[in-house]
Amino acid sequence: MSKDYIRQREQRTGWLLMLPALLVLLLVYAFPILRAFWLSFFTENLSTNLEPVFSGLDNYELMVGDGRFWQSMRNTAVFTLFTLVFELGLGLIIALTLDQAFRGRGLARTIAILPWALPTALIALAWRWIFNTEFGVWNDMLMRLHLIGNPVNWLGEPFWAMVAVIAADVWKTTSFVAILLLAGLQSISQDLYEAHALDGASPWQSFRQITLPLIAPQIVIAMLFRFAQSFGIFDLIQVMTGGGPGGATETVSIYIYAAVMRYLDFGYGAALVTVTFLVLVAVVAVSWLYISRLRAKTE
Amino acid sequence: MAKLELQNLTKAYSRDIVPVKQLNLVVEDNEFLTLVGPSGCGKSTILRLIAGLDQPTEGRVMIGDRDVSRLPPGDRNIAMVFQSYALYPHMTVRENVASGLKLRHLPVGDIQKRVQEVSGVLGLDPLLDRKPAKLSGGQRQRVALARALVRNPDVFLLDEPLSNLDALLREQVRADLKQIFADQKSPIVYVTHDQTEAMTLSTKVAVLNNGYLQQLGHPHDIYKTPANRFVASFIGSPQMNLITLSRTGNTVALGDFSIPLPIGIQAASVVLGIRPEHLRLPREGDMHTVSGQVFLVENLGMHDLVSLRVQGDPTLTLRALLPADAAWSKENLQLALPPESIHWFDDETEQRLG
Repeated sequence: MSKDYIRQREQRTGWLLMLPALLVLLLVYAFPILRAFWLSFFTENLSTNLEPVFSGLDNYELMVGDGRFWQSMRNTAVFTLFTLVFELGLGLIIALTLDQAFRGRGLARTIAILPWALPTALIALAWRWIFNTEFGVWNDMLMRLHLIGNPVNWLGEPFWAMVAVIAADVWKTTSFVAILLLAGLQSISQDLYEAHALDGASPWQSFRQITLPLIAPQIVIAMLFRFAQSFGIFDLIQVMTGGGPGGATETVSIYIYAAVMRYLDFGYGAALVTVTFLVLVAVVAVSWLYISRLRAKTE
Repeated sequence: MAKLELQNLTKAYSRDIVPVKQLNLVVEDNEFLTLVGPSGCGKSTILRLIAGLDQPTEGRVMIGDRDVSRLPPGDRNIAMVFQSYALYPHMTVRENVASGLKLRHLPVGDIQKRVQEVSGVLGLDPLLDRKPAKLSGGQRQRVALARALVRNPDVFLLDEPLSNLDALLREQVRADLKQIFADQKSPIVYVTHDQTEAMTLSTKVAVLNNGYLQQLGHPHDIYKTPANRFVASFIGSPQMNLITLSRTGNTVALGDFSIPLPIGIQAASVVLGIRPEHLRLPREGDMHTVSGQVFLVENLGMHDLVSLRVQGDPTLTLRALLPADAAWSKENLQLALPPESIHWFDDETEQRLG
């Protein structure tokens, strides 16, 4: 058989065209990650005068016994779980609503995307004011409705502070999930629903048997996106509570920031980054596998 | 079984958009009714009204003695084949076919049996575990048919089921359809804009235009005695020659040639219609002939489709289907108009005369 020269040439050109992008990716992704990984085997903090001293797995051992680390992991898990569940649930409801034909749908779709388009730091600031003890509109509303007698320091109570940051994140990011799911819904032909109705299906059965399976890829992608972003949440919490009160809303990112920027413990910070990175990669890899299986199923 | 009856059916989306107007139709058991007409004539809307996907503004849909006008689609026991086939992409062929039975909670054994039967008839056995994306257009079409047949519905609806197939396959599937539905007892309503499908498949054809029923009858009757100018022009390929002429006394002038009107026609201005396949080379004893210059010959294999300008009036053209082996002169072709093949329509009302 003769060689397929055209194909060969195209492949060569392909690699050549990708090379610049690959180099940039290596520089901005691979290098910092590998550098952090390398640094995590050194102790580099104020006790070593910020000089790296090789210490093997010391940082990782330290981490195992570090209550604050586990607390931040727990906080991150709680935050991620609840934001994910609420954003998916509400996002699906909003997407289903926006998929219906009604007057002013275009406007509604535009408005729906707004919260997500606004800068997080600004939104966090706004929510901090909403939950402010003396001047916050939330306390004002509850007091007018006689649901509470005295103003509550929402962001000062460990439980309510977590609820508040979750609420703020849900408010901001549900629209993103809704738009993603809406795209999935719009790709489903109306004929399928009509055929299913003629087959004798109720709207609820059509939702379960047509809608959900056909937007499963979009649901998984939305979960993946939201998981990665929630797991690394920093700006919203930093501005709203700074991780407080008493570490009740401190997520891993906030802890890493504190370890590196406040305690100048670069080695330990690098170890934290490495572990967080590996957890993220593991979850994303598993989800990706699941998506490919889903894809194979529908094709 | 049950007959399907449409009583005074009207669908209006707004005052100006009324795709179906005062339609009355009966489709008996064993009848294959085809709704045919140009796009926008309301034929698909009628199907949706029968199926329950749209609600009529006025009138009723009856299946047997049941008024189903207000029932949801699933309670009408109607099966429909969609133009897009509407196969569920995430289900296998087997699941697609079984879907309607499963939703009606039939015992699993019965479902399997009926799916097997239908899949045998349609030759789907080797495809049962495939997803629709892995099927060819013709195979998808058969799955859509199977999904309808398996249900044993009271009424079958088919919405342009052949329009997504290529020409060769379409002809073959058309023949298959005829055989498959010959065994079905339930009324069948078939929508198409293709008159060949309408002619070949149906026991009854309803020609529609602008939301109105133009003519209802056996395909042969519709071809032979079109009720008005629209039906005459829509049914038949190549299209009927339709020429508007003004009368002088009891004759009309076709260029240099005069053709007598049948007795009893009062209209001042008439339309003469004659199908290209009915124009022929003159024989001994032909009464009415015209001649003219040929300006276009289209070779259709067995026939030549010949266009000529009538002598005496170059704006008048006629198209004739002549045997390909016939000999004729391009400069001066003579054609006979057999009187029994001429259709007359009133120019004003467009209705058939005589």
